[in-house]
Amino acid sequence: MSNRNYLNANYNVWSWFFTTDHKRVAILYLISITVFFLVGGAAAVLFRLELMTPEGDLVLPETYNRLFTLHGIVMIFFFLIPAVPAVFGNFLLPMMIGARDLAFPKLNLASWYLYSLSGLFGVWVILTGGVDTGWTFYTPYSTTYGNTSVLSAAIAAFIAGFSSILTALNFLVTTHTMRAPGMTWFRLPLFVWAHYAMSLVVLLGTPVLAIAIALVGIERAFHVGIFDPKLGGDPLLFQHLFWFYSHPAVYIMVLPAMGVISELITCFARKKIFGYTFIAFSSLAIAVLGFLVWGHHMFVSGQSMYAGFVFSFLSMLVAVPSAVKVFNWTATLYKGSVIWNTPMLYALGFIGLFTMGGLTGLFLATLGVDVHVHDTYFVVAHFHYIMVGGSLMAYLGALHFWWPKMTGRLYPEGWGRISAILIFFGFNLTFFPQFVLGYLGMPRRYHVYPEEWQILNVMSSAGASILGVGYLLPLGYLVWSLRYGRRSGKNPWRASGLEWEAESPPITHNFHKTPIVTGDVYDYDPTEPVELETEKHPEKVTVQ
Amino acid sequence: MSTTPTHLAPQFDDAEQQQLAATLGMWAFLATEVLFFGGMFAGYGVYRAWYPPTWADASRHLDLLLGTVNTAVLLTSSLTVALAVHAAQTGSRKGVVRNLSLTILFGAAFLGVKAYEYWHKWHEHHVPGATFEWHEASPSGPAELFFSFYFVMTGFHALHMVIGLGILAWLIVQARRDRFDAEYYTPVEMTGLYWHFVDIVWVFLFPLLYLIDRT
Repeated sequence: MSNRNYLNANYNVWSWFFTTDHKRVAILYLISITVFFLVGGAAAVLFRLELMTPEGDLVLPETYNRLFTLHGIVMIFFFLIPAVPAVFGNFLLPMMIGARDLAFPKLNLASWYLYSLSGLFGVWVILTGGVDTGWTFYTPYSTTYGNTSVLSAAIAAFIAGFSSILTALNFLVTTHTMRAPGMTWFRLPLFVWAHYAMSLVVLLGTPVLAIAIALVGIERAFHVGIFDPKLGGDPLLFQHLFWFYSHPAVYIMVLPAMGVISELITCFARKKIFGYTFIAFSSLAIAVLGFLVWGHHMFVSGQSMYAGFVFSFLSMLVAVPSAVKVFNWTATLYKGSVIWNTPMLYALGFIGLFTMGGLTGLFLATLGVDVHVHDTYFVVAHFHYIMVGGSLMAYLGALHFWWPKMTGRLYPEGWGRISAILIFFGFNLTFFPQFVLGYLGMPRRYHVYPEEWQILNVMSSAGASILGVGYLLPLGYLVWSLRYGRRSGKNPWRASGLEWEAESPPITHNFHKTPIVTGDVYDYDPTEPVELETEKHPEKVTVQ
Repeated sequence: MSTTPTHLAPQFDDAEQQQLAATLGMWAFLATEVLFFGGMFAGYGVYRAWYPPTWADASRHLDLLLGTVNTAVLLTSSLTVALAVHAAQTGSRKGVVRNLSLTILFGAAFLGVKAYEYWHKWHEHHVPGATFEWHEASPSGPAELFFSFYFVMTGFHALHMVIGLGILAWLIVQARRDRFDAEYYTPVEMTGLYWHFVDIVWVFLFPLLYLIDRT
C-alpha cells in the first residue's frame, strides 16, 4: 500500500493555499485559530495583571477598555465560533458519514479565505489603536460617541459571519446529501447531529448579526440614523437584533463541543452511549429554543415587564435539553469501563464545568436575581464556565482524541494528563472567585475596584497564570509529537466510527472505497478488555 | 468511470446527488438572505408603528410612477430568467443566451431608474445625514428615519441586483462556451432562484415603502 496521505500528497505551498480537501482546510483553520487564540490570550494576560491591584496602575483606562474588547472579539469571532466546527467539523464530518469531501469544497476553502480576510481587518483594528465598545458594539456609543476603529471591527465581524455561514451551509447540505450507503440519520454519530443543529443556528442567526453590524457601520460611516435617539430611533433595536444572533451564538460555540463530548464519553467509558435519540434531539431542541431567549440579556434595559417574564421562562426551558445531555453522559459512565486518559479528562472536566455554567445560567435567567448580578463578574464567570469550561475543554479534548488521526502521531499521554489537570484547576481558580466578586457587586469592564476585592482578584489572576501554562503545554508537546511522537495505527483508541476505518493520516479522498454501513454507531462493550495504543510499550509497536 | 460526465465533481457519486446538493445549498442560502433582510423589515415595522403620520408623509415623497415602472420591469426580468431556465432544460443554447441577456437588460434598467430616484432624493435633500431637510409639518427626525430605511433597504436590494447581474454575465459566457445542456444546467437554475428571491424582496419593499398609507 502506498504511503501517500492527505498531508504528503503534495508538498507545494500552493497545494495548501488552493486546496479543496476538507482535511487540509481544517489544518489551515487549526493554525489560524491557534494564532488568534494566542492574541486573545495575550490581551487577557494584560488585563489580569492590571486587576492584581485595586488601582489602575498598569494600563490606562482607555487601554483597558480596548484590551477587554480585543479579548472578547478575538476569542468569540476568531476562536470559539470557528474552533470545533471549522477544525474538527471540517476534518471529521465527511469522514464520519463516509463521504469523500464536503458538498462544496471550494466554498469551504473560500470560508477560510473570508476568515483570514476578516482576521486581517482584526489586525488592522489592533494596529490602528483598537476598539473600545466591548464585543457587543452597543449603540449609540458604537455609532455616535466612540472614537475608536469601530468601523473596521464591524467589517471584521461581518466578514467572519460570512465565513461561518459558508461552513454551516456545507455541513447542512453534506449531512443531507452525502451519507454513505446504509448511513441512516439514526446511525449518524452524535458529533454529526450536533454539527447539524449548529449549522441551523448559524444559518438562521448569523445574517441577523450581519444586518445589525452593517447598520452600525452604515450609521457610523454615512450618518444614516437607524438607531439614533436624536431622530427618534431606538438603540434598543440594536440590542434586540444583536442578541437575536449573539445568544444563539453561545449554542454555536457549545453544540459542536457537546458533539465532541458525546464521542469521547462513549469511547472511553467503553459503553454504547445512553439515550442516543434523546441526545440527538436535544441538540435540535437547543437550536430551536436558543432563538427564543435573547431578551434575557436585556432584563434591565427597560424592555417590557411581560417580555421579561416570557424570556425568563423560555430561558429556563432551554436548560432542559442541556440537562438531558448531561444526564445521558453521566448514565453512559454508569457501569462503563472508564479509561482515564487525556481526552476523557477533558470530557469529564467539560461535564463538571458546563454543569456549573448551566446552573448559574439559571440564576441569570431568574428576573429578580439578574437585576442584582447584571453586568457584574457573576455574568463573566458564568459565560466563561460555558465557553471556556465547556467549548474550550471540548476543543482540547477533540484535539487530543483526533490528533493521531489528523497527524498520524500519538501525543505524549503523561504530558497530556498533566496539562488537562492544570487547565481544570487553573480554570476554577480563575473563574470561581469571579462568581463571588460578581455577587458582591463588582461590575465588569472596570479597571479599578475597591480594596476589599483584591484578594479574590489576585486569586483569579493567579489561576489565569496556571491556565496559561496549561494552554502552552499542549502547544509545545503536540508540535513536538509531529516529529518525535510515536506513529499511530488506524484506530489507536479502538473507537467505533467510520473515521477510524480510514488510514492515519487519511488519504486524500478519505477511504480506499466507499464504506457501507450495516449497524448502529457506538459498538462498544465495557466487558471486553481493550488495549489502547498509548498504553503499549514503545518497543512493541511496529510501524505500519 | 469513462462515462462520468465532465461536470460531475469528484466528491459526488452521480449527477442526481450533485443537483440535489446544489439545490438544497441554494435554498439554505436564500434562508439566510431572508433573515438578513428580515432584520431590516423588523426595524421598519417597529418604527412605522411608532411614527405612522410622519412615515405616511415621507412615503408620499417617493415617486409612485417610477416605483411602479420598476416593479413591472423587475417582474418581467423574473419572467425572462424563468424562460432562460426553460431554454436550458430543453437544451437551447440560443434561448439561454437571449433570455439571460434580456434579464440583464431589465435588471440594468431597474438600477438605472433607481439611480435616478436616488439622484432626485439627493436633489431634494432627502438623503439622511448633514444635508437632510424636511419642510412638512410632521417632525423631521422620524422622516429622516424613514429615508434611512428607504436608502438602506433599497440599497441592499440594489447591491444584490448588482451581484446578480455579475453572475448573469458570467452565465452568458459559460453558455456561449457550451457548458450547459439538457443534462446539466444547475448554475442557470440556481441563479434563477437567486434572481427570483431578489425580485420577491422588491415585491415586499415596493408596497411597504411606496404604497402603504399613501392617501
